[in-house]
Amino acid sequence: MTAAAPARFDFHRPAAVAEAVRLLAEHPEAVPVAGGTDLMVAVNYRLTRPEAMLDLTGLDELRDWTDEGDTVRIGSGVPYARITAELAAVLPGLAAAARTVGSPQIRSRGTIGGNLATASPAGDAHPPLLATGASVEIASTEGVRHVPIGEFYLGPKRSALRPGELITAVTVPKAAGPQQFLKVGTRNAMVIAVCSFALALDPETRRLGTGIGSAGPVPLTAPDAEAVELPWSDPGRFDDALADEFGRRVAAAARPIDDVRGTADYRRHALAVCAARALRRVWTAAHERNPR
Amino acid sequence: MKVTMRVDGADVAAEIDRPGESLLATLRDRLGRTGSKNACEQGECGSCTVLLDGAPVCSCLVATAQCEGRDVKTVVGAVPRPVRDAFVQCGAVQCGFCTPGLLVSVADLLGRNGDPSDLDIREALAGNLCRCTGYEKIIDAVHTAAAGLAGEPR
Repeated sequence: MTAAAPARFDFHRPAAVAEAVRLLAEHPEAVPVAGGTDLMVAVNYRLTRPEAMLDLTGLDELRDWTDEGDTVRIGSGVPYARITAELAAVLPGLAAAARTVGSPQIRSRGTIGGNLATASPAGDAHPPLLATGASVEIASTEGVRHVPIGEFYLGPKRSALRPGELITAVTVPKAAGPQQFLKVGTRNAMVIAVCSFALALDPETRRLGTGIGSAGPVPLTAPDAEAVELPWSDPGRFDDALADEFGRRVAAAARPIDDVRGTADYRRHALAVCAARALRRVWTAAHERNPR
Repeated sequence: MKVTMRVDGADVAAEIDRPGESLLATLRDRLGRTGSKNACEQGECGSCTVLLDGAPVCSCLVATAQCEGRDVKTVVGAVPRPVRDAFVQCGAVQCGFCTPGLLVSVADLLGRNGDPSDLDIREALAGNLCRCTGYEKIIDAVHTAAAGLAGEPR
């Protein structure tokens, strides 16, 4: 009873970013695909049926990272497996987060660019990118623009990415001190975060950077928590009360909801625990490394 | 649209009719290569695991059209004999549905790490669900396979 479907469709395979953005401008219906770990689930479940796709896996420009001195520029097509294996020393927070994504199969394919483009509040890369003040590089036929990570997330699965634009890279400042990433879920693998928290400590500038995942409509920072006063002149005065105060401020910055993975109350509680734990760990690590 | 690739050492061509067709669907439904199993279609269960240019991936999440000119190894071509034998020997197979995916993941692990610890094994196999064995016998099988491979002249 079904008529033969017309076997006409487009699958674009650009070999350069310039060609990719031109194709995207000419074929706005083409859905970009890299690792496919989000898009193909939607396709398999018939939630979307793209008539055209634009394959990013042939773009060598997107598939490497480069050392830029104080920062690392990570091509949007670099998969999590490589971030974990190759960048743990310079970007420990992001590498730790990448290691918690899905499973080895997902980390082989899933890319940091895909995490950003999907812009799920639960995406694992977001908290460490926020904590370190990363910047998203976006290309179109108009040229290249850079969006500070704090301005990138606009809502659940909504970002500053406009039609016709491609994420080409993310530039992440190298760790200036200890970093932590903690994620709460029912097991260590294949978990969409119930909540997650990233922390970066810069002992030189005495600054903290925070990132909260899966506890608000967008990934969030906790500015009040970053402003907590730390006993830099007498590190031994750091105590559990201070860590707990930091945890309370992080929890207060979250805007969680009740959903299938957890309640808002649970998320706030877990964030307070994770944040206090993260602060204790980075403080201890900083002062083991640089004994005063 | 015609896609040519290498599957288990053979050059194959598949005619697909939509851009989102998965590699798993092409392998099973167009090429008759049913070793890779279809269960969740969302990358959760690992029963469709294949090696794509040597990396373990869920073939349900790869678009076939992305595989032009690439090398695919399924359970048929990816798994050294001692790995298969160890699964049988150790009782690591019950209903068997997860087995092809697990074998591919184990082959990948042992290719990188000839003597993995229990923790290494658990992390490497975290993307392969088995609802029968409770995993203990699978972990035994990986150790047995590692010993078998180490004893085998390469």
